[in-house]
Amino acid sequence: MIELKDLRKEFAGTTALDGISLSVAAGEIHGIVGRSGAGKSTLIRCLTGLEPVTAGSALIDDIDITQLRGARLRESRRTIGMVFQHANLLDSRTALANVEHPLQVAGVPRAARRARALELLDLVGLSDRAGNHPAQLSGGQQQRVGIARALATEPKILLCDEPTSALDTQTTGQILSLIRSLRDRLGITVLIITHEMSVVREICDSATLLENGAVTQTGSLQQILSSPGTPLAKDLVPLPPVTGDLGDRALEVTLAGTSLAEVFALAQQAGAPTAEVESGTLETIDGAPVGRLRLVCDDQDARDALSAALRAGGIHVEEAA
Amino acid sequence: MTAQRSTWLENPAIRIELWPALGDTLLMTLFATLFAIIAGLPLGIWLFMTAKDSLAANTVVYRIVSALVDLGRSIPFIILMIALIPFARFITDSALGWQAAVVSLTISAIPFYARLVEAALREVSAGKIEAVQMMGASRWQLIRQVLVPEALPGLVSGATVTSVALVGYTAMAGAVGGGGLGALAISYGYQRYQTDTMIACIVLLVACVALIQLLGDLLARSVDHRR
Repeated sequence: MIELKDLRKEFAGTTALDGISLSVAAGEIHGIVGRSGAGKSTLIRCLTGLEPVTAGSALIDDIDITQLRGARLRESRRTIGMVFQHANLLDSRTALANVEHPLQVAGVPRAARRARALELLDLVGLSDRAGNHPAQLSGGQQQRVGIARALATEPKILLCDEPTSALDTQTTGQILSLIRSLRDRLGITVLIITHEMSVVREICDSATLLENGAVTQTGSLQQILSSPGTPLAKDLVPLPPVTGDLGDRALEVTLAGTSLAEVFALAQQAGAPTAEVESGTLETIDGAPVGRLRLVCDDQDARDALSAALRAGGIHVEEAA
Repeated sequence: MTAQRSTWLENPAIRIELWPALGDTLLMTLFATLFAIIAGLPLGIWLFMTAKDSLAANTVVYRIVSALVDLGRSIPFIILMIALIPFARFITDSALGWQAAVVSLTISAIPFYARLVEAALREVSAGKIEAVQMMGASRWQLIRQVLVPEALPGLVSGATVTSVALVGYTAMAGAVGGGGLGALAISYGYQRYQTDTMIACIVLLVACVALIQLLGDLLARSVDHRR
């Protein structure tokens, strides 16, 4: 379990982390999203003791990692597995030797660590590439080796810093489902730092939005989706940008647990004027229909009538610019 | 042509002294390179580790070590060598011969190689170092298991550059009694106008440099797994 309490980090006058409080339950996959410069990387560096914090605490299984130094810090790092954007494997070592490395650092005898590393390579589906150097592996394979390496010391927590940002869409999907299956099998807690909402949509149980070094929204995926209009809810179900001048005729409708048919039925019952669907996203997340539609009415009066009818039916509606 | 070729072979400077001189040059280069690596590698690692924002950042230590290294590199070799004659005599019991020359050659090559080591270590990406730090590695483990193995191709290339520079310096060492091809070229080729001796020495020096570079490149390639 991870618990951050009012974590602050200041660099020479600028505030990188402005009092971050957040908790991730054991066995959960939590996503931390934000634009570049929002403080995501600083957060993960503070959480691993690579960067000293200005104030606050970062508890990992009730041990405050920000208070540890030297040997005790090194010891506690072994309970955290870390996956990087670029796998950061050592070119001088084979895939097998890379996976063995954390065990070598921890002083595990050669035979035992070799057996464990082979097991892990098998777990990530790369037992046939054990003898290859990283340069001979594809980006996705390197990331798999990186994940196997992160799991070598049987950590309770897996920190992933933009694990799929350097990968193509298909490989991203494979890596994400690997992370989820590892969580399911090993019961580890996963914290994923990302700027891609698709990562949150695909594997996260909960998410936090970081803006200018502060938490602006946090919650489980259901909580986020059932609070339409919030930044994370909008980003989870994105609409393409408005093309052309829709003036005062456009309307954005959010479906949270309501099906499209229900929305249309509601509009018809209220005798609201018809509208064209300009663009939309419809998905099923955790078994519930979720989506956003941008509707274009004939004129401003028609739009106002339609939005009033939908609002009365409990649908989240926003008059788009 | 025939007459000239027989002159070359009959010249006692070439016939008798060329091969021992080549041996002296190679021995001087070999031992000076070896000792420069043994001392320069830790010194270069020390420089890297104490540099600003590095793993054991210590500005004061870095500035002092850095200043000493630059001092060593800025003294002209010929002056350094003469200044080190008493020290060389103390170590080798002689101010003459290739063994004495190795002392001053080593002293001048250590700071040179140390800077090359520092530069090679800087090429190791911070991400790799962080990844291994996250395994709970100590500084010593980082040096042994990340810095040196990951920088090995650069460390080998640096040793090659140092070795080639040392071949040139052996010629200067030869001028003050160190022996070797440089001494032969100066005492016969230059001072006694024996152009054939001069050319023979130069050809062998070029061959030495080419051979060292070839071996260095092969070794660097065999330890490079980045492709």
